[in-house]
Amino acid sequence: MQGFPVSRRSVAGAGLVLGTALAGGARAQGATQLLNVSYDPTREFYRAYNALFVEDWKRRTGQTIRASTSHGGSGRQARSVIDGLQADVVTLALAYDIDAIAERGLIDANWQSRLPQNSAPYTSTIVFLVRKGNPKGLRDWGDLAKPGVAVITPNPKTSGGARWNYLAGWAWAQRQPGGSPQAAETYIAALFRNVPVLDTGARGSTTTFVQRGQGDVLLAWENEAHLAFAEFGRGQFDIVYPGFSILAEPPVAVVDRNVDRRGTRAAAEAFLKGLYEPEAQSLAAQHFYRPRDPAALAAAGDRFPQLEMITIDDPLFGGWRKAQADHFEDGGLFDRLYRPGR
Amino acid sequence: MRRPGGEPRVEVAAEAPWVRRLAILLAVLVLGLLLLLPLLAVATEALRRGWTPVVAAITDPDALAAIRLTLLIAAISVPVNTLGGLAAAWCIAKFDFPGRALLLALIELPFSVSPVISGLVWVLLFGAQGWLGPWLQERDIQIVFALPGLVLATIFVTFPFVARTLVPLMQEQGRSAEEAAATLGASGWQTFRRVTLPDIRWALLSGVLLCNARAMGEFGAVSVVSGHIRGETNTMPLHIEILYNEYQFVGAFAVAGLLALLALVTLAAKALLERSGDLARLRRPPA
Repeated sequence: MQGFPVSRRSVAGAGLVLGTALAGGARAQGATQLLNVSYDPTREFYRAYNALFVEDWKRRTGQTIRASTSHGGSGRQARSVIDGLQADVVTLALAYDIDAIAERGLIDANWQSRLPQNSAPYTSTIVFLVRKGNPKGLRDWGDLAKPGVAVITPNPKTSGGARWNYLAGWAWAQRQPGGSPQAAETYIAALFRNVPVLDTGARGSTTTFVQRGQGDVLLAWENEAHLAFAEFGRGQFDIVYPGFSILAEPPVAVVDRNVDRRGTRAAAEAFLKGLYEPEAQSLAAQHFYRPRDPAALAAAGDRFPQLEMITIDDPLFGGWRKAQADHFEDGGLFDRLYRPGR
Repeated sequence: MRRPGGEPRVEVAAEAPWVRRLAILLAVLVLGLLLLLPLLAVATEALRRGWTPVVAAITDPDALAAIRLTLLIAAISVPVNTLGGLAAAWCIAKFDFPGRALLLALIELPFSVSPVISGLVWVLLFGAQGWLGPWLQERDIQIVFALPGLVLATIFVTFPFVARTLVPLMQEQGRSAEEAAATLGASGWQTFRRVTLPDIRWALLSGVLLCNARAMGEFGAVSVVSGHIRGETNTMPLHIEILYNEYQFVGAFAVAGLLALLALVTLAAKALLERSGDLARLRRPPA
């Protein structure tokens, strides 16, 4: 047929344009850019820290560096790095998510011992955000499982923060007089019966509670609770510190394979080491992350109330791998205990 | 199209006037509630604290980067889809070949699969764990989580617009004009440029503009392949979500307003072109 030459030409043209796009899109490589792939609630903190680091790096090396960040649910971010997102450093919600990246060979297997304090430069914990005046009188974990209380928490299957929420409740129930795994199961089942909606990420749950006005209590990262508190005025919410919670240690790691290929190792390592420096530590405290540095913690005054906190390495959990397998894998305890709509 | 000065108007609807009025009222109500009200809400929310924060939100470096990226993606994917859609529609409407029905079905595929899947296919193909991932990594080529992935996802999602607008029109027009041109010795290119293209240009433009509106507004597929790097791989819709999640509501609505405005300009351009197209057709003496 006579018409075909034209159509062939248009196809060739389309191919040409596409080819140009592909060639031009390959990210310009070089040591001038650092990508930090992080989880949701660290947005405000890393925006501030990036500026600090860029300035510091310029002062020390004379190089201008650009620090960019990507935020999302911790598990999803880990997945993106595995799928090829060119992260130089990851700063995620749980060690488990960094382990997942390490399993694919992108990060050295012993990453957690490369930096001080389990590679977690700041910590956080899980607190309750309640409506002003705490009308339902929610003081501790036991109150959350009572009938008629609506609890907002994200889904432990997708959200790092939600796993900390769940495990804190689990540990609390086991620590009660007469506590046992059975009692903890009963407690968790009752707690999640009170959850009307499971968002996929921590920020989504905060929005559900704060903006849409759903629920009596939000189980939140301490820094999320304070941020919502600061954003929406003190007239609407109260923060309740339960007597017992969990010590969340959000870890950081250099993505070895990416920095070696891109030649950014020096900057990436400096970026993470800098998080332990006094200036970054007080910046973390300003953004309601508990600093490791005792001086920064002391300077924060009564911003971080003392409370009893269990760690993930407690025999009750046995580390992230075991906790993940016992509780959150498909067919794990959470799947058996969570019965929506009942 | 009714020609001016032609036959007298014929009422095609025999319903009572109140039925018609009710239908009009219903349409206006639905349009007002579902289309105008949300747009109005975007504008009022954005301007809640005056113009200063709106300007600040739009001139923020990350927002400017998102605007640039969105326009660049549209600038690449719309021409590609125009050429590809034109070629596909032409083949389908003007030629018989085995697999024609299949091609027609394939063109509509992006409409029927969820945008999330439209994004995931590229991750499965070009991601580090995907089919071509290791090969690409050896050569240091980044497709997903970079501009090429964003462009590919956008092209995939917006492909049907041009082809779907053209196929029915070209089928209706038939092949006799092209066949006549061929008999008179016109080359393939001449036939296309002088015979086919003039008949479809208004439909083509309308398809291109629709394609452009969607390319700028696409969220789902683009979200999957973006990687969400601020100032780099965040398009306008993704930037709006980020601002919203950061409690920067004025900023979110300001950028949303701008995006809506871009879409409205596109649609207005389409309406204008169609009007002038109709007028041009009216002025052309009957063949």
